[in-house]
Amino acid sequence: MIDNRIDYYPTHEHEGIKFRRGHTLPFGATMVANGVNFSVYSSSATSCTLVLFDRGADQPFAEIPFPDEFRIGNVYSMIVFELDYERLEYGYRMDGPFNPAAGHRFNSSVILSDPYAKVISGRDTWLAKPNWDNVYPYRSRLAFEDFDWEHDHPLETPVEDLVIYEMHVRGFTQHPSSKVKNPGTFSAIRAKIPYLKELGINCIELLPIYEFDEWENSRQSPTTGETLVNYWGYSTVNFFSPKAGYAATGKFGMQVDELKTLIKELHKNGIEVMLDVVFNHTAEGDHRGPTISFRGIDNKTYYMLTPEGYYFNFSGTGNTLNCNNPVVRNMVLDCLRYWASEYHIDGFRFDLAAILGRAQDGSPLSNPPLLESLAYDPILAKCKLVAEAWDAGGLYQVGSFPAYGRWAEWNGKYRDNVRKFLKSDPGEVGGMIQRIMGSPDLYHQRGPTASINFITCHDGFSLYDLFAYNEKHNEANGENNNDGANDNNSWNCGWEGETDDPKINFLRHKQIKNALAILMVSQGIPMVLMGDEVGRTQKGNNNTYCQDNELNWFDWSQLDTNADLYNFARNMINFRRQHPVLRSPTHFQYWDSVGSGYPDISFHGTKAWNCDRSPSSRSFAFLLCGDHAKQGIVKDSMVYVAMNMYWNGLHFELPALPPEKKWYLFANTDMPSPADICENGKESLLDNQHEFLVGARSVVVLIGK
Amino acid sequence: MSFQIVAEAKKIAKITLVGEVDSLSAREFQKEIEKLAAESPDELILFVENLSFISSAGLRVLIFAKQKMGTGLAIYIVKPQESVLETLEKTGLLHSVNVVDQYL
Repeated sequence: MIDNRIDYYPTHEHEGIKFRRGHTLPFGATMVANGVNFSVYSSSATSCTLVLFDRGADQPFAEIPFPDEFRIGNVYSMIVFELDYERLEYGYRMDGPFNPAAGHRFNSSVILSDPYAKVISGRDTWLAKPNWDNVYPYRSRLAFEDFDWEHDHPLETPVEDLVIYEMHVRGFTQHPSSKVKNPGTFSAIRAKIPYLKELGINCIELLPIYEFDEWENSRQSPTTGETLVNYWGYSTVNFFSPKAGYAATGKFGMQVDELKTLIKELHKNGIEVMLDVVFNHTAEGDHRGPTISFRGIDNKTYYMLTPEGYYFNFSGTGNTLNCNNPVVRNMVLDCLRYWASEYHIDGFRFDLAAILGRAQDGSPLSNPPLLESLAYDPILAKCKLVAEAWDAGGLYQVGSFPAYGRWAEWNGKYRDNVRKFLKSDPGEVGGMIQRIMGSPDLYHQRGPTASINFITCHDGFSLYDLFAYNEKHNEANGENNNDGANDNNSWNCGWEGETDDPKINFLRHKQIKNALAILMVSQGIPMVLMGDEVGRTQKGNNNTYCQDNELNWFDWSQLDTNADLYNFARNMINFRRQHPVLRSPTHFQYWDSVGSGYPDISFHGTKAWNCDRSPSSRSFAFLLCGDHAKQGIVKDSMVYVAMNMYWNGLHFELPALPPEKKWYLFANTDMPSPADICENGKESLLDNQHEFLVGARSVVVLIGK
Repeated sequence: MSFQIVAEAKKIAKITLVGEVDSLSAREFQKEIEKLAAESPDELILFVENLSFISSAGLRVLIFAKQKMGTGLAIYIVKPQESVLETLEKTGLLHSVNVVDQYL
């Protein structure tokens, strides 16, 4: 037994605390027999001191300087004996030059978090008022790895079969209408798994859950007087630690267990977990920001610096993580491997991922080592990797993100094309045909699974607001409505904001259904924003990063008030799940490779086999032949979808089916609920098998069987 | 001390936890488990009716018990208070133990 070996015996003592030289790897704090191994890297520190606290204590109980002989290369390591694993909080003081022009900002008066800490305490309960005089506000702790996963394993769902649901942990259940025990927590998501299953999604993508500080930049709203907070959480304090304030058990330091319990339960229900990860910047901001960890441990290594020693700001948030520095690159790799292996995470979506392809001087690299390392990593080999393929510094790589056969992208062009088409802009049909097919114009070599199709996400209007507001209304953010995007491609359907006009409200609901239908019949991977299935509104705010209130919370009473939307969304999502022809792993070929008599995909219009792609066209239809489903491996029905965004109804001639098959109606957004859609398998036979009147601004889905 | 342990090291081991198991008393709890482990019991019965709080350290002792005595060990938790039950539930430990109203 390891406890009986004599490797681990104390050789040194400092004020009664026994220690010895440690292991240089792994970085971070690791439990060893009867002690803890601490290891930390700094390229330029002149000395390092380990600082130890008892849980919550104002002052440390010990500060142990690393003896010079404990430093190997630039790594300080030691094993300290007889520490209480449960109660220990630790940090470092780093001594070194303060010379910003040379990239150094050492300050030994500050106690620093460990970049490799696995748990951070200090913000244990969401918005619990912190002690602002705390000498060490974000405290590194140890994580236990004794969780019993039983037979759990990442699900490895084929990527083309995913339906992603973008969710904010707190926003999903914080609204009182959620009626769960611990609103706003991982535990509460677990209570809502039956809802997610019924909706039909099979992957949740969580907005950042790495430890962040909701109090960062907190202030009062000028319009409501409410406290504005860092709600979204795109501002990492530590990359390895789950956000304690998202766990009901965070106050006991058990957020690791609670999150793992959630993931295990989601997996049992066939739902994958993808994390939105922020490796482009940290919570330390620019030169005026707080020193929490990286800046004090090794500023020059962790950040991209201008020649004068200031911070490059490609993230729009003050600093830029120096991802293609080999040390930082390894930290990112270590971090993702840890989440994949220790938390069974199924995939990652990289915020402002274009930054990960920039060199240390900020210039874009043609073969970025970090992206290549991630793509070929043995532990991440089955994880989904998704890039937000742009950054705030003007690098836009949708369609050209270095993919190495692995990376998918948030398809910003899909969003823009579909939005313009839905509001009847001219000249969108040609683009829509590409989007429906999984954007072969962008991803010819990479296949449709490179395209994460979305119309809305956390950043921008919700789907309801897309059809209720022409302009953003961000006054509550306190920035004079100057924040947030202006190119929303939205249309308010005739009135700005809420209205009692039943015609406008009917049209808005119809547009939401049109959007959901288009999203679910497009090749590629659909992503639905939390709450869009029930018409969640942000009251026209398209940048709700700071709003911890009803602007962001999922209002569960809308399941009743907007039951027609939920019913439509649920059936439409399940339609996609039922029909493999909608989920091709490869691009369509435009020809009949299986001898069915039909090409895999064909385009139509008011005349069958005749699609009007001219600039004035606002409608088209397409037919998928079920014999080609999944490259002809499985059999499916014929699926025909007609989209008419013209302001009058149009008669669409239906393409002829093989004699043994008939056309059945699955969905028609022009009809009031419940006639707008049916349960899968209960499609109704069409009286007229040759023609269908598609209403103004409507989508019709038929199946041939 | 904030809790008591009454241990009978037969094939059935019984422990009564009273008050609060914080990180300090959890150590004593763990020592008792270590002692009991030597007897290789089939069942571990924890009477917790008067236990008002159990820290993460205390919960980890339950995991430790399984590690020490093997996964064949059946753990019974008798009459937990709501808060204790909830913590077991949220941290996923509930699946490793049997919660019962009484043990005869």
